[in-house]
Amino acid sequence: MSEADLFMLVRGPLFHAALAIFIFGNIIKFFEILMLGHKPDYAEARGSAVQGGIRTIFSRFIPDAGIWQRATITVIAGYMFHLGLFTVIFLFAPHVLIFQDLLGLKWKALPTQIIDAATLLTMLALLILLMHRLRDPVRCFLSRPCDYLVWSATMLPLITGYLAFHRFGIAPQTLIAVHIFSVEFLLIIFPFTSLTHAFTLFLARYYTGFTAGHRGINA
Amino acid sequence: MTALLERSLTVFKEHVDATVAAFFSSCVRCGICAHSCLFYTETKAVEYTPIYRLEPMRRIWFQEYTVLGRILKTLKLSPPISHEELSEWEPLIYDSCTLCGRCSMVCPVGNDIVTMIRKMREGMAAAGHAPKGLVDATHRAVKTGSPMGVRLQALQHQLEHVEQELGFKIPVDVQGAEYMLLMSSMEIMNFPEFIRAVARLFKYADLSWTIASNAFEATNSGVQVGVSDIAAELVERVVNAAEALKVKTVIGPECGHAYMALRWEGPNLIGRPYRFKVLHITELLDQLREARKLRTHSRDVRSLTYHDPCQLSRRGGVTKPPRRLLNMICNDFVELPDNGVMNWCCGAGGGVSTNERADQLRLQVFTRKKQQLEAIKPDAVITSCSTCRMALEEALDEYDMEMPVLSLVETLAEHLLEKKPNHSEIN
Repeated sequence: MSEADLFMLVRGPLFHAALAIFIFGNIIKFFEILMLGHKPDYAEARGSAVQGGIRTIFSRFIPDAGIWQRATITVIAGYMFHLGLFTVIFLFAPHVLIFQDLLGLKWKALPTQIIDAATLLTMLALLILLMHRLRDPVRCFLSRPCDYLVWSATMLPLITGYLAFHRFGIAPQTLIAVHIFSVEFLLIIFPFTSLTHAFTLFLARYYTGFTAGHRGINA
Repeated sequence: MTALLERSLTVFKEHVDATVAAFFSSCVRCGICAHSCLFYTETKAVEYTPIYRLEPMRRIWFQEYTVLGRILKTLKLSPPISHEELSEWEPLIYDSCTLCGRCSMVCPVGNDIVTMIRKMREGMAAAGHAPKGLVDATHRAVKTGSPMGVRLQALQHQLEHVEQELGFKIPVDVQGAEYMLLMSSMEIMNFPEFIRAVARLFKYADLSWTIASNAFEATNSGVQVGVSDIAAELVERVVNAAEALKVKTVIGPECGHAYMALRWEGPNLIGRPYRFKVLHITELLDQLREARKLRTHSRDVRSLTYHDPCQLSRRGGVTKPPRRLLNMICNDFVELPDNGVMNWCCGAGGGVSTNERADQLRLQVFTRKKQQLEAIKPDAVITSCSTCRMALEEALDEYDMEMPVLSLVETLAEHLLEKKPNHSEIN
C-alpha cells in the first residue's frame, strides 16, 4: 500500500467508520441510561427541581474552596488539560476545516503559535495527571487498567498531531495518517469507556441538581 | 448462588435507575470525593474514598445495563458479585459512612454519591450484610415503634413530669389539632428537656398541637439500615396517625435523619404525596418568629456557633431558619469555617451511632470537627439534632474539650419572654 493509499484509507472509510461508532455508540449509551428511567418525587417541593438541575450543570465547573486546597493538582492540571484540549480540538485551523466539512459550520481558528503552546500545555497537564494517578495513594488505588487506556488514547492524538505539525522524521502524510488513526482509536473506544463523561456529566449534574433543587438546596 | 444473594442482586438491580447509570458513566476516578469525606481526610485510608464504596453496585450496573458489560459478563471476564465481597464491603457502607452527602456536593461530574450509598444499603441489607446494632434497632422499631424500645408508657411518664413542672397539660391525641409533634426516642429518654422546651414555646405561641399516642417516634431505622419495606411501614404509622387526627402539619423534632426520612423520603417510600405538610421544628419556630408569636427577653452573652446537622442542612435544605432563630438570642454568633451545606459531619449520622462496631472510628474522625471548633473557639456549640448533640458531647469529652453542647430549641425556650399564663387555658 502506498503512502497515499494509506492516507486515503485512514482519512476516508476508516474515519467514517470510527465516526459512526462514536455517534451510534454514544446514542446507545444515552439510550441505555435514559431507558432505566427514574421514579417521580412525591415529596412536596420547596424549590424548582428544573432550575436546580440547570444550576448544578454550571455550578460544578467551579470547585469548592476546600477542594481547591486539598486536591490542588487534580483541579489545576484538570482545568489546564480540559481547556487545552478544547482549544486544540476546536480552534486549530485544519480541524476547523474538518468540522466545517462535517457540520457545515465555520468558526475562526486561533493562530498556530497559540495552538502549538496549547498542545504543549495540554500534554504537560496530562503528564502531571498521569504522575498524580500513579503516585497519589487515592488515585492509584481507584485507577483501573481502563483509566490508563483512556489516558493513552487521549495523549496519542496530541503527540502525533504535534509531531505531524512539526514534521519530525517520517514523511508528513504518513504522520498525519498516524495522527488521524490515533483520533479514530479515541473515537472508537469513547462510548465504551469513562470518556463518555464528556457527555454524561451534564445528565449527572442535572439529576443531582434536580434532587437538590426540589429540596431548595443549591448543589 | 444462594437465594439470599440472588434476592440481594434483584434489590441492587431495582435500585439502578437512570441517575445511577448517568453517575457511573461519568466517574473518571479523579478521587476528589475522597477529600470531601471526613472518614478519608481523618484516616487517610484510601478505601474510604466515597465512590470506591460503590464498586459492587457499579459492577452490577455495568454487567446488567451496559452492552460492553453484558458481553464481558457472558465471557466471564467481569467477575460476579459474591457474598464474601459484600461482607467485605459492609464496613464501607455502614461503619464509615454517615450518609452526610458532602461527597455529592463536590464531585466535578456531579455524581450524587450519597444517594447511591443509600441505595446500596438496600442491597446490602437484603443480602444480610447490615450491622447488628442497626438490624436490632430496626426490629425494635417495628415491634415497639421505637428503635430504642421506648414504649408509650415511658413517654407518658416523661410527659407527666413535664406537666408537673410546667403546670399545664401536654395535648395527646387531640382531633383536629393543627400541628402534630413527633419526637425521637433519644429526646424522650436522654433529653426530656426538649419536650418541656417545645411545650413552653408552643404554649407561648398559642399553637393548636398534639402528640399522637400511636405514632410519636420520628426516626426511621428502616431508612438507615436500608430496608424500604420497613421504612415505608414506619412512615405509614405517622401518616395514618396524622390523617386520623386530621392535623395540617407534622413537626419533626431536633433530629436531622428523622427529617430526611419523613420530609423527603417518606412520600416516595409510601408512593404518594402526604395530605399534610412536614416541617422541622426550627422551620416552624422560624415561622412563629416571623409572625411575631415568639419574643425573647434576653440574649446569650456567650460566643456561640452552630453545628449544621447534615440531613437538615446539606440534604434537607433547612439552613437559614436555625440561623434566624439564633439571631434572636445570640449576641456573639460565630460561624464554623465550613458551614451550612458544606459543614462537616459529627461522625455519628446515618446509623453509625447505632452501630457499636463503629464507635472507635467515629471518635477518631471527630478530629475534623475538633479542628473546626478549635479554629473559632466558641464558648458553646448549638445544634438542632439530638444524635449530633450526643455525638458532639461524647467526642468533646473524649478529646478533653470543655464545651457545652446545646439544643437550639431548648436554648430558645430559655430566652423566651415570660408572659403570664392564661388560667382558663390550664387543663
